[in-house]
Amino acid sequence: MATGNLALGQEQGALSTNRRITNDFSINVATVNGSGSQSANSVLLKSIFGMGVPVSGKNLFPSNIAGLPTWYTIRASKDGYVARKRDSEVLVAMNPETAREDILALPAGGVAIYEEGLNLKQYRGDVACYPVPFDKLTAALCPEAKLRKLVRNMVYVGVLAYLLRIDLGVVEKCVQKQFARKQKVFDLNFGAVETGYEYARTNFTKQDPYFIEAMNQTAGKIIIDGNAACGMGAVFAGVTVVAWYPITPSTSLIEAATDLLKKFRVTPEGKATFAVVQAEDELAAIGMVLGAGWAGARSMTSTSGPGISLMAEFAGLGYYAEIPGVIFDVQRTGPATGMPTRTQQSDLLSVAFLSHGDTRHVVLLPGSVTECFEFGHDAFDLAERLQTPVFVLSDLDLGMNNWMSDPFKYPDKPLDRGKVLTAEDLNRLGSFARYHDVDGDAIGWRTLPGTNHPKAAYFTRGSGHNDAAGYTEKPDEYQAVMERLSRKFENARKLVPAPIAVKDGSSKIGLLAFGTTDFALRESLDQIKKEYGKDVDYMRIRAYPFAHEIHDFVAAHERVYVVEQNRDAQMASLLKLDLPADQVVKLRSILHYNGLPVDARTITEEFATKEGL
Amino acid sequence: MATATPNPKVNHIGLPIVEYRGGKSTLCAGCGHNAISERIIDAMFEMGVEPERVMKMSGIGCSSKSPAYFMSRSFAFNSVHGRMPSVTTGALLANSTMTALGVSGDGDTASIGMGQFVHLMRRNLPMIYIIEDNGVYGLTKGQFSATADIGSKLKTGVINELPPIDTCAMAIQLGATFVGRSFSGDKKQLLAMLKAAIAHKGTVMIDVISPCVTFNDHEGSTKSYKFLQENDEPINEIGFVASFDDIEVDYDSGEVYEVEMHDGSNLRLRKLHEEYDPTDKANAVRTLMEAQEKDEVLTGVFYIDTQKPTFIDQLSVVDVPLATLPESVTRPPKAALDSLMTNLQ
Repeated sequence: MATGNLALGQEQGALSTNRRITNDFSINVATVNGSGSQSANSVLLKSIFGMGVPVSGKNLFPSNIAGLPTWYTIRASKDGYVARKRDSEVLVAMNPETAREDILALPAGGVAIYEEGLNLKQYRGDVACYPVPFDKLTAALCPEAKLRKLVRNMVYVGVLAYLLRIDLGVVEKCVQKQFARKQKVFDLNFGAVETGYEYARTNFTKQDPYFIEAMNQTAGKIIIDGNAACGMGAVFAGVTVVAWYPITPSTSLIEAATDLLKKFRVTPEGKATFAVVQAEDELAAIGMVLGAGWAGARSMTSTSGPGISLMAEFAGLGYYAEIPGVIFDVQRTGPATGMPTRTQQSDLLSVAFLSHGDTRHVVLLPGSVTECFEFGHDAFDLAERLQTPVFVLSDLDLGMNNWMSDPFKYPDKPLDRGKVLTAEDLNRLGSFARYHDVDGDAIGWRTLPGTNHPKAAYFTRGSGHNDAAGYTEKPDEYQAVMERLSRKFENARKLVPAPIAVKDGSSKIGLLAFGTTDFALRESLDQIKKEYGKDVDYMRIRAYPFAHEIHDFVAAHERVYVVEQNRDAQMASLLKLDLPADQVVKLRSILHYNGLPVDARTITEEFATKEGL
Repeated sequence: MATATPNPKVNHIGLPIVEYRGGKSTLCAGCGHNAISERIIDAMFEMGVEPERVMKMSGIGCSSKSPAYFMSRSFAFNSVHGRMPSVTTGALLANSTMTALGVSGDGDTASIGMGQFVHLMRRNLPMIYIIEDNGVYGLTKGQFSATADIGSKLKTGVINELPPIDTCAMAIQLGATFVGRSFSGDKKQLLAMLKAAIAHKGTVMIDVISPCVTFNDHEGSTKSYKFLQENDEPINEIGFVASFDDIEVDYDSGEVYEVEMHDGSNLRLRKLHEEYDPTDKANAVRTLMEAQEKDEVLTGVFYIDTQKPTFIDQLSVVDVPLATLPESVTRPPKAALDSLMTNLQ
């Protein structure tokens, strides 16, 4: 791809026709935004998946409706690596504007498939070139000019299927699934695949080493994107009120949730057991979430960085007035508008402390689509248990790309609706004080509007209040509430998802990471072992506030690298605020923040440099 | 609570008025807002609304503090500046069986809250939205708000040169279904309007001119008691007969515009301006604009539509509160997840 690193690609050496590289390479499809390549790329990805080969797909797209360059990379990895590879070996150059750049970015010995008129061979003698007359083939296939650009993409699927030896029967099944119930569309599309396949078979002699061979590594697995998984988690948590404002890259989360709500949550009489509201802005979206949470509903919103900034004031109200709500933040590249279609882990600090005053938030950090589902679900239990807004921090890479996963497990616990007093409880108790810590866990009992008891009501306010929710400006009363909130946050350490010691041996060196950095870091650990003979320990952080295991992990190592995708070492900074002073000095950072998902090679190189290897 | 007299007067659900009272007001003595709180208490009492069925919602400002001074048995949420509409929307989505009463101010609505205000009106959310309108920011000591009239003078001598926002005209144009203006000093009109508001299903937007005795009640102010007493121009006289009242009133049908409310109550608007039709949207807006040109403070019910579906109707949600639906309804069964997983393989 155009943004790849040419020098590194060449490190892999020139093409040798004797070499056979099986199930371990990346395909880069360069197209134009809005040209409808998604279906073709999805069929390609699922065909490789259907061959039993671990696969991942990434859409690198512009912030534009149509016309700008876009790249889709598909990585096949027999070892199960799903992170972005820094360069792709196989190029499908469908965009004349970037074709030259794209072929120049190929590693030596790579593969280029392109419209024959582009004559890309002139740029690279060390690449296997397969020129295809896409326009001619498509015109013959499809008399309707309108459909041609879509069908054109299916032709490259056929060409690749032949060249890489992907089973045409598997491709056929994937096309069928893609265009379920639409026989005509299937015929047209699969016809295009066959045409590409036939053209390649008749005209090309294989001159590259890349092959897809059947494996059995994907049986029983699913493919899903993180946004769909988060939305699904929310639905299986019984969400009832959804308020949102469109923003890339979080919109598809709401769309996924809404589809499922319409599917599963409409009564036989046609009444909805949910409400989804497209709000006028993110201020209103979070306001609705807190209003609904206050009135007892499981409520959520989904947004990205700019929306998070707008939600700041309300987030503080939610914290201080102790109102549950779930906020999904699918992070994109900031600051400001930044690069809306690129990924980053750079909202961590602003989310953890979102709002003015002494405010702290519970933040869940999913590192896979499975965790998107699980945390998307658990966030509601935590929000109602802790009576506070809970943030689920995903990112564009996780949210908008397809990932392989084991099927999600149905939640095994009943919903935890937290501490709510009913009218019967009040009859027994006589009265209650909303913010009084009766149980010693720093969480008070609340009532819901409509509770039929003369003593049920209380006054919710963001202004200074005492245990009984009364207005106060008394120093001791104000401070008592703030101290209890602090204790509540401390207690949350034990309630949030614990970190995972991915690798915990006897190394003096530890790595800490969260979210999507995990994919590249796992691969990097193998590279470090293979290339430098070093074993390094690794713990993945899954939530803030930090569990004690994270403190223990830092204490047990001499040096700890915090690997993250932002410029300012936000996770390391957050850890520094939390760790004892003598531990803070152990922290170092490996940072990646150019908008592309971090890749293993980048981490490995940075680690080797910092360690002097 | 004060000790009840031996046989206190009770309303039709058996509650004495004391059960509708709130905490002691911390607003200035003579503040129009206190009078509005009193009228809210009277209206809720007379209408026999169960206090536990009411959510008192507010933003920030003097007005927004006032829910603490009425109906202590009702649930209250004093939220953030200008954002009460969204909080109320969320609360009503969670529990659409509640009566929502929002109290805002002219700053809270017409400046910082304008974005949420217009969208609230547009949605016709079933709630009562009261603007306690004094044209001035009180808690920050007397700056003009966006409802201050051109030429109106601050105590410091500063003259307002920007045109006022007419929240009633806006609300009508945007889709609110019960829009009126009153004056905190007009007990009779305000009480009748509030009672009708309680009977209405849809967004009720009432702009109540409520003089600020500390910062905007002087000579040169157009939101002072004196100015209102001199310039209040009722467009109609409001008569309200609740569904549970068994009263026959004689009137000349040519002079009265009669509206049957959602709950079976009757709203009778005696025409004071010739042939004013409160169901004619365009005419209502034009009348308000003309009055503004003439420096008249028109009061009364300007617009009413009892037929338009509310936001809750449009969402077609179940009649019971979403908030307390059991897990068996809200969490899809295991088979649902299994089928989703199969489709993703």
